[in-house]
Amino acid sequence: MAMTMTQKILAAHSGESEVVAGQLIEARLDLVLGNDVTAPVAIREFERIPGAAVFDRGKIALVPDHFAPNKDIESAEQCKAMREFARKHGIENYFEIGCMGIEHALLPERGLVLPGELVIGADSHTCTYGAAGAFSTGVGSTDMAAGMATGVAWFKVPSAIRFALHGGLGGWASGKDLILSIIGAIGVDGALYRSMEFVGPGVASLTMEERFTVANMAIEAGAKNGIFPVDEKTRAWAASVSNRPYVEYAADPDAEYERTITIDLSTIRPTVAFPHLPSNTRPASGSGVVAIDQVVIGSCTNGRIEDLRVAAEILKGRRVADGVRCIVFPATQKIYLQAIREGLIEAFIEAGAIVSTPTCGPCLGGHMGILAEGERAIATTNRNFVGRMGHPKSEVYLASPATAAASAIAGKIVDPEEVLEAPGRRG
Amino acid sequence: MENGSRVWKYGDDVDTDVIVPARYLTTSVPEELAAHCMEDIDSGFAKAVSPGDVIVAGGNFGCGSSREHAPIAIKASGVSCVVAASFARIFFRNAINIGLPILECPEAAAEAENGDRMSVDLASGMIRNLTRGTSHAAAPFPPFMRGIMDAGGLIAYVSAKSSAGSRKGS
Ligand code: SF4
Repeated sequence: MAMTMTQKILAAHSGESEVVAGQLIEARLDLVLGNDVTAPVAIREFERIPGAAVFDRGKIALVPDHFAPNKDIESAEQCKAMREFARKHGIENYFEIGCMGIEHALLPERGLVLPGELVIGADSHTCTYGAAGAFSTGVGSTDMAAGMATGVAWFKVPSAIRFALHGGLGGWASGKDLILSIIGAIGVDGALYRSMEFVGPGVASLTMEERFTVANMAIEAGAKNGIFPVDEKTRAWAASVSNRPYVEYAADPDAEYERTITIDLSTIRPTVAFPHLPSNTRPASGSGVVAIDQVVIGSCTNGRIEDLRVAAEILKGRRVADGVRCIVFPATQKIYLQAIREGLIEAFIEAGAIVSTPTCGPCLGGHMGILAEGERAIATTNRNFVGRMGHPKSEVYLASPATAAASAIAGKIVDPEEVLEAPGRRG
Repeated sequence: MENGSRVWKYGDDVDTDVIVPARYLTTSVPEELAAHCMEDIDSGFAKAVSPGDVIVAGGNFGCGSSREHAPIAIKASGVSCVVAASFARIFFRNAINIGLPILECPEAAAEAENGDRMSVDLASGMIRNLTRGTSHAAAPFPPFMRGIMDAGGLIAYVSAKSSAGSRKGS
């Protein structure tokens, strides 16, 4: 029986020669991830297992990023619980302040996720690593606890939707605009329980950063995972982060898909998701007059170096509009340092933006940029639910780094082309 | 229960940020989370909900973050079952893993109104709307998931397996 790429990886990790959609399997885990919100709950559950020990000290990653550096006493206690657990069990991949970053940018950067691997994380955006040709999916804390103890997890084998990409992105359009357009077209439950498999000649034109952005938001369409084939760009990236061996899996040519959605990348335009769902999309140029109070550039979706370069290219030599607060979050220490070396941080500060140490910060309404009642933000993050960035009566508009940076200058939501010339295609 | 349980009815795409807003995630104590359950969508819920009540919602219930705090808050608020047209994937997993009963039944979900009385039989999946005098059958859980639920959640299931010496993995 022909299998999708996701099914191939699941079969290989469950010791089956083949699996079919709907089948319940137990699969071997290559990595189990948790953060300062989900790990404390997982640790409590883990300790209820009699004689519990971790299955492999090298295959668990613990990242304090949501409320770290600790924003208050409660979050300090949560980070402490995670730190003490990491010490007690000799967890090799615990990332203390100083070497931390937002988990989904940090793990790939550290070479902890490679093609063909199977990763669960107690964080819904764990699906990000599909960009690397891995199967990765978000689970809850109890799954994380059981995974840490046993090294296996149960899965229902998903069916898949195939996204056939052609052509290339033009102008200021980016991977973020592609995934926002897809979610706008299929809805927040358009891929519920399913895999989103991205294939076709257009894949080669997307940078690794763009693939991470696209896979990151698969969950916003309800998907179990989003996954990209392994190509030259993936191999070059993998070689740059790790020398561990890995296995490449590819979908069978006759694999079954529930449907195929064909997308000409050259038709994708800068896109904005209006409150309060990521599927509530419009072209940025058709936003009307939406004045903004805050701009957030960063997060696990768009806090990578390429994202910061685009934002800096737009902000350099210009000024953030009066009355607008522009907050930039590099996703990891390494990205932060690189941005300093390239002069991006200087460009942000001279434009009137502020730059924060890596943290999830305002993305989840945690700290470092919370919205008051009635305030509006345009953000490069991935969710714009009610109250996501602060007050239940505040609003979040999701967009690309280019659209967010251009909007910061305009003081209202704009298509970057409205204030700037279109660039040549980057990357 | 003869009189059935009170229905708290919500629409489609109820996300985990409204079930438990992230601003309360600095705690994982079930009772504290329950005090803010549904706060951003229904500020009266946490105070008025009674043990045994049922949440009924449309499609994609529990979408958004992976926070187990969401089903934990619902369970700690005394809700006996969530009936929805469909559940978001991670919420579905989490509910089974922590032992919060959930049933997928689009017909029962579409028909119920806020304040209806409902009785739910988890063993058979039968959902009776006493206010409307109707019954609908939800699809029963596959045996594998019943095993986890019957053990009292995933941790008890794993504990039983490891003490039986059948631990898998590599
Ligand atoms: S940046 Fe936002 S979406 Fe990403 S892990 Fe942090 S809170 Fe979650």
